[in-house]
Amino acid sequence: MKLSIEEVRHVAELAKLELSDDEINHYALQLSAILDYAEQIQGVDTSSVPPTPYVLPLSNVMRDDELGECLPNEAAVANAADAKNGYFRVRAIFEE
Amino acid sequence: MTAIAEQPQTTYSVLVGMEVHAQLLTNTKMFCRCSTDYQGDPPNTHTCPVCLGLPGALPVMNRAAIEATIRTGIALNCEISETAVFARKNYNYPDLPKGYQISQYELPQCRNGWLDIELTDGSTKRIRIHRAHLEEDTGKNTHSGNYTLVDLNRAGMPLLEIVTEADIESPEEAYAFLTKLRAILRYLGVNSGDMEKGALRCEPNISVWTAEQKARSEYGTKVEVKNLNSLRAVRGAIAYEAERQAEVLGDGGVIQQVNMGWDEVNQRTVLQRSKESSEDYRYFPEPDLPPVVVSPEWVEKLAATLPELPDSKRQRYENSWGLRPIDAETLSGEQLVADYFEAAVVTYGTDDGKPQRMANWISGELFRLIYADGEGQDLRQISELKIGPEQLAGLVALVDEKVINANTAKKVLEKMYISGEDAQKIVEREGLAMVSDTGVIDEAVAAIFAANPDELGRYRGGEVRLFGFFMGQVMRATKGKADPGAAKERLQELLDNA
Repeated sequence: MKLSIEEVRHVAELAKLELSDDEINHYALQLSAILDYAEQIQGVDTSSVPPTPYVLPLSNVMRDDELGECLPNEAAVANAADAKNGYFRVRAIFEE
Repeated sequence: MTAIAEQPQTTYSVLVGMEVHAQLLTNTKMFCRCSTDYQGDPPNTHTCPVCLGLPGALPVMNRAAIEATIRTGIALNCEISETAVFARKNYNYPDLPKGYQISQYELPQCRNGWLDIELTDGSTKRIRIHRAHLEEDTGKNTHSGNYTLVDLNRAGMPLLEIVTEADIESPEEAYAFLTKLRAILRYLGVNSGDMEKGALRCEPNISVWTAEQKARSEYGTKVEVKNLNSLRAVRGAIAYEAERQAEVLGDGGVIQQVNMGWDEVNQRTVLQRSKESSEDYRYFPEPDLPPVVVSPEWVEKLAATLPELPDSKRQRYENSWGLRPIDAETLSGEQLVADYFEAAVVTYGTDDGKPQRMANWISGELFRLIYADGEGQDLRQISELKIGPEQLAGLVALVDEKVINANTAKKVLEKMYISGEDAQKIVEREGLAMVSDTGVIDEAVAAIFAANPDELGRYRGGEVRLFGFFMGQVMRATKGKADPGAAKERLQELLDNA
């Protein structure tokens, strides 16, 4: 299965990745190879198996509404690329 | 249906579908154990690896949020899905650190419900509920110069989204629908109803069409208005948007499918800058959250926990207690008010028009005192008043028993409101009991006649409208304590028996 250059560009945009044309071509081949690999599973006869997104036959895995510990602010923002006054700080969302 | 703009040839009417987001009143967030009580707290102090979206953190559903959703679905006459599934709604925005919002998508918890609203002409209209599903709230962005500051305290709050069909056909219907929906959510105890604090948020989808387009089911382009933080704002935005769209179309223009905001100061909608380009959400089932399977037994058990809802109360007040419709609606709209009213009636009595008399005291004098209190003018304060419903019943009984008259009772109520004392005690201590003793009244009348010989002569000469003057004098002489009935009767006798 061959991914088009446009499809790769679209996925990169959604993933917030800035890629050069070379990289786009490179990843188009790589991603296509991965999809080809995964495509092998299409060969398995699953006509008698209902589709599921879950690998375990579970339902209603829930917890009681009881308080737990939260992280202190310093820990919450510790790994942020940028923080200020306890907030995460990112580049302005609205750019005109 | 409301006609909203008269163009030379074309009249447009408005059509609205509503999206309502209600934060559920749970102790903890939807998928983690962080506290939901974040209002006013410093940023990012109610977060953990799950709601921060740290790699490897796994969500676990809050049963209380699921149950609150099912209970709401039952109250809104919805079908409760046997299987509900959470999905990932993928998009990149800093208020959602995971890069996706977890939300029930293809298989929501509740579907195909309805809510009846009362229109001003006394008729009832059914607004259909398309679906009600559970999702997580996002964080809060504050835009400041070249930067955006992100607070994730709100991220992961359980959020119930209720979506109506486009059945709302005027700003007033929208107002009535939201008023009733909010009352029900509060009665259920699933939402605070605080629109100002963002705990309840409404986004109307507004379009207009002509009668011909309506006949062909040819819908107009929808405009969504966001950030409406009061019922009045919702009503205002729909009215404004309906008029704007009719004008654009009347001038031969086209309606753009956009998001608008509401400018409270200028009472108009304004175009919102849109989020980033691609709205390709690539929904897929959340593999970390197994499906919610709801048995009929579970639904039954939850249905049994529903309180009596406002509609049922309103009908009971009218039918069993003979309340005027307007009072029945006022007193049933807020559960704490209804509780107070019912407790007062239980003490006071249900016979002989008593519930209506009690309704008058509560919606008249007591509401006036609450509103005059200046503490944000919220009728829910009624549950925290110093004067309890039994005490109010005691006061009104004193009026019935002619111990005090209505005017004195209002003054006593004000004192009770401040001190929380019983009416009887205040009346005794301050000597407010009504004077119906004819001896005392006779004495007062004699003194008034002596002091006002002119007026007396004119009255007896046929100027009978002076009766009011004498009556006022009697009330003043008895410091307002005279039993008005007894005093009036005796005064009439003494005036006529020259």
